[in-house]
Order: sequence, then structure tokens, then C-alpha cells
Amino acid sequence: MKKRRIFFVFIFLLLHTVVYSSEVKEFILENGLKIIIIEEHKAPVATFQVWYRTGSRDEPIGKSGLSHLLEHMMFKGTQKYGPSEFSKIIQKNGGIDNAYTTKDHTVYFELLPSDRILLPVELETDRMQNLIIDNRETLLERDVVMEERRLRYEDDPQNSLFEEVVAVSFKAHPYQRPVIGWMSDLKSIGRDDLYNYYKSHYSPDNAFIIVDGDVRTDEIIEKIKNYFGRVSPSGIKKKNTNFSEPEQKCERRVILKREAELPYILIAYHTPNFPHDDSFALDVLSLILAGGKSSRLYKSIVYEKQIALDIDAEYDGLNIDPFLFFVDATAAPGKEINDVEKTIFSEIENIKKIPPSEQEVQKAKNQIESSFIMEQDSIYMEAMKYGIFEMLGDWRLINRYLEGIRNVTPEDIKRVANRYLREDNRTVGILIPIKKVRSEY
Amino acid sequence: MKSKKKIARFYRSFLKVAIHRFLLVKTIILSILCFLLIYDVHATNVNKRTLPNGFVVLHSETHNLPIIMVTLLIKVSPLNEPLEKAGLANLTAELLTEGTKNRTSGAISEELEFIGASLDVTVFSDYTAISLSVLKKDVHKGFELFSDILLNSVFPKDEIERKKELIKGILKHREEDPAFLAERAFKKEIFGDHPYGRPIEGSIDTLGSIKRDDLIKFYSSYFLPNNSILSIAGDLTEEELNSLIERYLKNWEKVDLPPFNINRVGNDNKIRKTMQIDKELTQANIILGHLGVSRDNPDYYAISVMNYILGGGGLSSRLMKKIRDEEGLTYDVSSTFISNKEKGFFQVEVQTKNETANSVISEILNQINNIRQNLVSEEELSEAKSYLTGSFIRRLDTNREIADFFAFVEFHNLGLDYVDKYLTYINSVTREDILRVAQKYLDPENYILVVVADKKKASIKY
Repeated sequence: MKKRRIFFVFIFLLLHTVVYSSEVKEFILENGLKIIIIEEHKAPVATFQVWYRTGSRDEPIGKSGLSHLLEHMMFKGTQKYGPSEFSKIIQKNGGIDNAYTTKDHTVYFELLPSDRILLPVELETDRMQNLIIDNRETLLERDVVMEERRLRYEDDPQNSLFEEVVAVSFKAHPYQRPVIGWMSDLKSIGRDDLYNYYKSHYSPDNAFIIVDGDVRTDEIIEKIKNYFGRVSPSGIKKKNTNFSEPEQKCERRVILKREAELPYILIAYHTPNFPHDDSFALDVLSLILAGGKSSRLYKSIVYEKQIALDIDAEYDGLNIDPFLFFVDATAAPGKEINDVEKTIFSEIENIKKIPPSEQEVQKAKNQIESSFIMEQDSIYMEAMKYGIFEMLGDWRLINRYLEGIRNVTPEDIKRVANRYLREDNRTVGILIPIKKVRSEY
Repeated sequence: MKSKKKIARFYRSFLKVAIHRFLLVKTIILSILCFLLIYDVHATNVNKRTLPNGFVVLHSETHNLPIIMVTLLIKVSPLNEPLEKAGLANLTAELLTEGTKNRTSGAISEELEFIGASLDVTVFSDYTAISLSVLKKDVHKGFELFSDILLNSVFPKDEIERKKELIKGILKHREEDPAFLAERAFKKEIFGDHPYGRPIEGSIDTLGSIKRDDLIKFYSSYFLPNNSILSIAGDLTEEELNSLIERYLKNWEKVDLPPFNINRVGNDNKIRKTMQIDKELTQANIILGHLGVSRDNPDYYAISVMNYILGGGGLSSRLMKKIRDEEGLTYDVSSTFISNKEKGFFQVEVQTKNETANSVISEILNQINNIRQNLVSEEELSEAKSYLTGSFIRRLDTNREIADFFAFVEFHNLGLDYVDKYLTYINSVTREDILRVAQKYLDPENYILVVVADKKKASIKY
């Protein structure tokens, strides 16, 4: 047997007092698979995660939802382990397994008592290369995903608006497509589409592994080497990896009229992604605007004027390509959505003229830092954090993120508000409820 | 844009667009804790004592992260409120953070958010929980705010009105959610006028009848040390905890509790009824179920195993295998026994396109009949047991979960050795026990069926 070389790096994190994992170890196998291990012995649990660098962003036109449907099919069996057997084995051992798909990547994970953490190694290796994708199973699972789409989007007025606003915000970039896929596209996805996509995107050189928890690095890396180390790289350089979106030149509006109880507004601004220099200030800005009951928009719209039931602002910047900054609110009964919209814009204009106080900026920074620490309480969340940054290039960017946040000044907030929260850079979506008279009971 | 849980700020946007293969556990303390869970190694680590004022304190010390998670469980809920003032318990809880002798509503949120802490008050069917999450370095500030809202709330008139309007708005907004409509109708039918039969928030009418005096009286009658359990997990030594209690909760005085009138759970006589709510929807939202058992029922553990096999075991359950895997008719189907203090209920929840509603209902009834007529296989039994027992170690891996868990264990008098007992209870369940409890607690004849759907397209035959 050929001896496999492994490159490895030891990194000891001494990041001020915010990142508490004692050590992170990184290995790269010859076939290109990277493994990141975080030993954390606080509780006898561990998580094993395989991250594939592919998501809805990488789908061919007309096949939206392909990545997500493939994710479902990954549980439908290989030659060795039949449909659902994977999950059965994990559950029998007191664990759970699940998976999710985003715009940029697809993640498979198991959470187990730590003495069973070697279990998923063989199983995950197997389905990285030996998936069957049976035709009959594909048709059934496609129906399941259509039911999922009905549940999450078709029958949810606010989520429907979200889908419309994102689609209208992008003219060219694949981020315009929903991860779950358009219903019309889903109908056209067949077994071969899935299989070809699987063969070209699922390989060790397009993936990385994260192990976090009460594990012994030497033991688990040995096992990973023995299994994953034998999978051949696909060698396929991904095509179409550079997408860009033309600059937005005018405000776009979407009006959705359908059965609902209350009007709702969702505003989306194009913004750069992390680690762009402005991304940190945008993150802090979202909290100053709507991070809790003491934030500007909450105080003004929900508390003082009482014209909305809730308000949220969020900067969605942890993506491979630039995405959006969202502000959304549900109108209170009997209140006008136009008033909500006007008040949101007037608060945004205020911050463009006068920078926020030092206290406001500090509060937002404290909130970020505190949630950063608290999230480490869960090894699943911690592993996910490393995964997100690794997906964006390198898990060490965690340091960059925290440092960037610490350096934000009130002037930065004013500057990014002026630069991005502009009329011609936004898409405004409004949900107008139509009440249909129907019988009850 | 709907879930506004603060805990994972960092991933909020991320999780929203991440589409999971299978619905993750609903993050309500109750729904998680009802099921099982324990901690093997760390569970023994808890200290319990009762202070002279009747206050029970549970402390689990961990030093891996500089955070402190506090859960104060107060034995007060809609069970203590009169029907015509439904929503009183919730409104009282909601107003705790809206003004004290020392701070305005705005000052409370400003101070909390400045230290990146959270202080939430949530009302459940049987109790109210105040949860504080705070960094170790800010623990004094956190406790100061915690004790201020607990001991010094003043229920300002304008805040009461503001909150009532907000809750009314939220109730209206919820009607947009077919799952909420189905649940509300279902609970009303099985529990009738019992507090378990209505939304925690009350209704637009009953909220209107709640006066400031009602709130003050409710607060002073029930928010008492002799009615509460404090559970703390995190980076805090016993000494530090003692000095925090001494400094911030010293003035909390014991007062005799008002007499408790047990609410009779209605509709114990068996009924069969279908309710339909017509909405412009592509899917039928279906709930099928009936009354269940209380948490102290000795069959609770056999029921847990039985229900895991029937519809509680995620993708491994019979309902999921049949309706999702074999027929592709749903994304999610599950059965649950929710066991409250006074009485619980059993329900199967599912969504399927309008046109296939009847076949899904028929399959659910088939599965219920099947588990009542035939012994489950040895393999099913052993898989269920190994999941339920094996997952113990895994379930309580955060300080927040540990704090909530011990408060719950204490509330239900499960004993701090519940870990060992639970394993024994589950392991002793036999196939015959499962058949027996299925026959006793599942009823395929007398059930309530709620369908929220496009009525014409669904054309329900049941």
C-alpha cells in the first residue's frame, strides 16, 4: 500500500479572550482533503462534519434546487448501505445526523457521544463516492422537496416576499435563485442531472472536514487517512466560479398581494461580503439600527410610534460573493406600511448625517463579542463557525473578523451607511394582504 | 425573516437560508425536555440546597467558558389565572422587563444590551422561566438587573397599554400561520376551558379585561422564593454564587401562596370530531390526536419508546418511513405525547398538498391501528432504546441546556439521580409494554382531526 503523506500544521489560538478552544489542528491529505480538528474536552460529545464547496450558486441555469435535492439523495443509499441505513446506524448509537444546503456550500454532520465519533468516518467516505441515486427514489424525494417548498415558501407570505425580493435584487448572479429551487425547475430535475452534479462536485479536493469535541486527534486522523485518504480527487477545476452582478442603478419595487393578515416590508441593499473593509462596519450598523429593544429602529417604530410589531436589520455578508443587507418589519394592525417605510428611511437618513455615539458603537461591539463567546458553548455552533470561515477561504479569518469589528469607529458607520444604504441601491418589497371571505369550521 | 432568536446572532442570516434535510428540534424547553435527556458525567455535578425562605437553588459548576446561564423557574402559569382574564400570566411576565422602581423600560434594555446579555421571560403551560445569559465579567450587572425585574417591577400604565397592543398585533399576525390555526383549534377542542386549551397570550377580548391591579396582585402572589427554583450553570464557584444571592436576592421574602384550584381537564368523555379551516393554501396542515397523559404517569417511559417507534423517532419512525420515504407525500410528519403537569395530549402533525390529505390521514390511522394490534419487532425496540438511552450523554452539551434541565427535573420532582433512573426505566420496557400502552393511550376511533387547507381541494372525507 502506498504511503500517504500528510501535511499538518499546529495552531494554538491565543486570541485575546474571545476564542476559547485550546487548540486547532489542520491536516491536508494528498488528495486535497483538508481536515480541521478542534479538541474540546468539556463534555463527552463530538461532531463530525463534511463540508462540500458547492451550493445553489454552482447550479446550471434551469436546475435551481439541484444541490439541495442531491443533499436529500445523499441519505438514499450506496451499494453498501441501503436507503436511510446511514441515519439508522447513527441513531442507534445515540446520535443524530442531518445536512443542509446554502447558496455556497452543502454540509453533512453527525452529533454523537464522543466514544462513537469514529463511526461516521467510514459512512461519510462511502457516500462521498458510491452514491447510487436510484431513479424511483429520486422521483419520490423530489416530491418530498416540493412539499418542503410548499411548507416553507408557497404558504408563507413573508417568506414568499423574501424570495421575490432576492430574485429581483440580482439580475445576473446565481444568488437570485432560492436554495430550495423554483417549483418549475424542480420538476425538470432528473436522476442524471443529480448524478452528473454529484460526480463533478463531490470529491475530496472540493471538500473539507471539521471535527469538534471530546476527541483524540491522533486517533481520528489515522482513521480519516485510512478511509478518506483512498478517495481519488476529481481534479475538476470548477467552472463558472466567478460571477458578478452589475451595479444597481435604480430602486426596484416588488408588490406582492395575497392572503395574509398584516402588511410587511422587506428592503434589500447590495453590500460587499466579508472580509471587505466595509463589512465590519456594516455588521455593527445592523445592530445599531435594530439589534434589540434599545436599538434606533425598534425604539422609534415599535416602541414610540407603535406602527410595527417587529423590526429587524441584518447584514448577510458571510458569503463567497457579495450579497445583501436587509431591513424588514411587520406593520401593526390598522397601521400603514407606508408610514413604516418612511420611518425606516428617515432613521437611515439620520445616521447618514450624524455618526452614532461612541456608546452605541461600543454596545454593538459588546453584543457581537458576547454572542461570539456564548456560541462556543455548543460544539456544533463552534464547528459551524470554523466551517463558515474556512469556506470563505481560511478558518483563521475568525481573527480578522473580531479584529475588524473592534476597529470600527462611529465615522465608519456614517460612511458605510452613505455608501450602501442608498435609494438607487435598494429593492423594496411590500406584502399587501388580501382578505378572502371563507367559511370557518 | 421570522425567527428572531438572539442566541445565534452570528448565524441568523445564515441559518435562515440554509435549507435542512429534516426539521431540527423545535427549540422550546418543554418540547425537548419532555422527551428524555440527561447527562451522564456532569449530572452528578449538581448541588442542591433550599434556603430558609423556601428558595431552591441548583448549581452546576463548569469553567470551560467565562459565561453564566441562569434559569429561574417560577411555579406560575395560565393554570393560576381565571378564564375571563386569560393571558394574565403572560402579560405579567412580559411586563417584568418594562419598568421597575429603579429603571424605566428603556434603561433596562439599554443596560442589558450594553453588556451583550439577555434576560428573557417566557411562560409555559405549567411554569414561567426567567433566563439570564451573561458573561462572567458582567455577572454583577446581570444579577442586579435580574433581581431588579424580579423584585421591583412596577407595571407602568403606559407600558401595560403598549404591551397589550403589541400582543394583540402578534396574535393577529399568527393567524397567518396555518400551523398556529390548527394547533389553536385542536387544543381548544381537547382541553375545552382548561388553561391548556388556549394560547398562552390569551385572546384579544380577555387581554382587554386585564387591569393594572390584576397584574400587581398576580405578581405579588406568585413571584415568590417559596414558589421558585433557581438553576445556574457556568463559570461560578459556590462562594461566588452565595455572595450573589446574598447581595441581590436577600430581600426576597417568603409569603404564603394563594390556594390552588385544580382546573378540571374537560372532555374526558371520548369524542370524535373533524374541524376544517378554509384558507388559500397549497398544503393541508393536519393535526390528529386526543388527550394523553400527565408527566407523572408511570407509563410515561413505555409511551416514550412506543411513540419513538410510531412517529417520534425522526426519519426512523414508522410514520416518516411510510408517508415520507415510501410515498413522498410530506416533508415532515411526527407524533408527540406532550405531558404536562395536569394532563397531556397526543398528536400527529403533518403537512401535505391539499389533494393528498385524505390518503395521509388514512395512513396515519393505519399506523396507529397497526401499533395497537401487533407487537413491534425486537429490532425496532432495541433501536428505540439505544437511541433514547445513548443520546443522554449528547443532549445536554451546553450550559444553557444544563441550567434548564435541572430546573425542569426539580419542578417535576424527578430527583437528581434521574439519570440512572431514566436509563433503568427505558431499558425495562418490553414489546408487550408497548402493545399495552398503545392500546391504552392511542385511540383510532375517538380523535379530533383538524385540517387547515383549501377546503375544496382537500375535500376531507373524515
